[in-house]
Amino acid sequence: MRTIQTYTITEAVAEMCQEANFFLSDDMKEAFSQAKNAEESELGKKIFSQLEENLQIAGSESIPICQDTGMAVVFVEIGQDVTLEGANITDAINEGVRKGYVEGYLRKSVVNDPIIRENTKDNTPAVVHYDIVPGDKVRITVAPKGFGSENMSRVFMLKPADGIEGVKDAILTAVKDAGPNACPPLVVGVGIGGTFEKSAIMAKRALTRNLNERPNIKWVADLEDEMLYKINDLGIGPGGLGGKVTALAVNINTYPTHIAGLPVAVNMCCHVNRHVTREI
Amino acid sequence: MERKIELPMVSCIASSLTAGDYLYLTGEMYVARDAAHKRIYELLQDGKNLPIDINDACIYYMGPSPAREGQVIGSAGPTTSSRMDKYTPLLLDKGLKCMIGKGKRSQEVKDAIVRNHAVYLASVGGAGALLSKCIVESEIVAYEDLGAEAIRRIKVKDFPAIVVCDDKGNNLYKDA
Repeated sequence: MRTIQTYTITEAVAEMCQEANFFLSDDMKEAFSQAKNAEESELGKKIFSQLEENLQIAGSESIPICQDTGMAVVFVEIGQDVTLEGANITDAINEGVRKGYVEGYLRKSVVNDPIIRENTKDNTPAVVHYDIVPGDKVRITVAPKGFGSENMSRVFMLKPADGIEGVKDAILTAVKDAGPNACPPLVVGVGIGGTFEKSAIMAKRALTRNLNERPNIKWVADLEDEMLYKINDLGIGPGGLGGKVTALAVNINTYPTHIAGLPVAVNMCCHVNRHVTREI
Repeated sequence: MERKIELPMVSCIASSLTAGDYLYLTGEMYVARDAAHKRIYELLQDGKNLPIDINDACIYYMGPSPAREGQVIGSAGPTTSSRMDKYTPLLLDKGLKCMIGKGKRSQEVKDAIVRNHAVYLASVGGAGALLSKCIVESEIVAYEDLGAEAIRRIKVKDFPAIVVCDDKGNNLYKDA
């Protein structure tokens, strides 16, 4: 067994919240420059230049890339040979979010109750997903999620008879309905299979996948390519103002499902697709 | 067409704009989003005075991140406009002339824009660090208790925005 003090998790989460809000990952930056070259609309090219300049300012001056610094979504994979010592791990993660958002001058966007809606003033609580995995490490991914795109996300409970064509329709419908609201160019996270909630968590998780990594299942890889082509054929474009590039990537995760069902979740993410991973 | 525009956005200027025009705005505007709109709307419904003068005013739908020492404002990009749609027609009928946000508007809002010779602009969503550089002054003028959702008066210089809905009924977004 390996012992990990949970205060180290607090410190890591605090740093990751800030890093995610000031810097995008290299694969995202690469996707930006490729998309800028592919874009034919003059206005679209201009928007890409603004987004690149925005990233440069954010990184060099520690100003959040987007003012919506998100609700903190945290994926935690805990090795089963790890003993956690100290504060309860969920409390430790929330303490990290509190510290990261206050010290990093990040916006506090969380309300304590969906109807009463009083701001918690420190961006807690986070939404935390735990997995127990083999090994003696703790792997944490912090993915602050903005709600301009979150609000345009959907879960479709399709019938098995709808098949892959139904899945394609669902993804395209979600992107069309989102239009300019979700701040294109998008990264589209998709979860196919599982149950109602499993599909949604898979779609969220898909957003954290490196854009250069491909799925192992052939039909899934093919579907990613086909959907990216079809989405970019919609003409929504950067900022929703028309153009060739509506999405930078479509990332799909799948899971076994029930004989009676075909759940499809589509989690929209704007071009500020933030996620940072660390292993402790 | 690229144009430099001095605020306030009076009707004759708003009417001269066409969907697709790329503007650089200079002057004063208000910042307000969901919670502030709800309060203003309720005051108007009750026939009470507003904490701000919305006549010929421009409202930027935005909730900034906190400013660091020495900064005017933190990250300051637009939020999704459609969440304000419920409140907007009444504000337009009471004199509001210009809104800046991102995304689609309802038919009721588009009708009220035409009826009142107003205009709806979009700035680039997710470019909050860049847009913060165009804001040269910022002060909270109402509802400080709302935190990031308080109403601010800001002064902007060459703030980039594109005309989405004009008073001729044109709309720049496809299928919207």
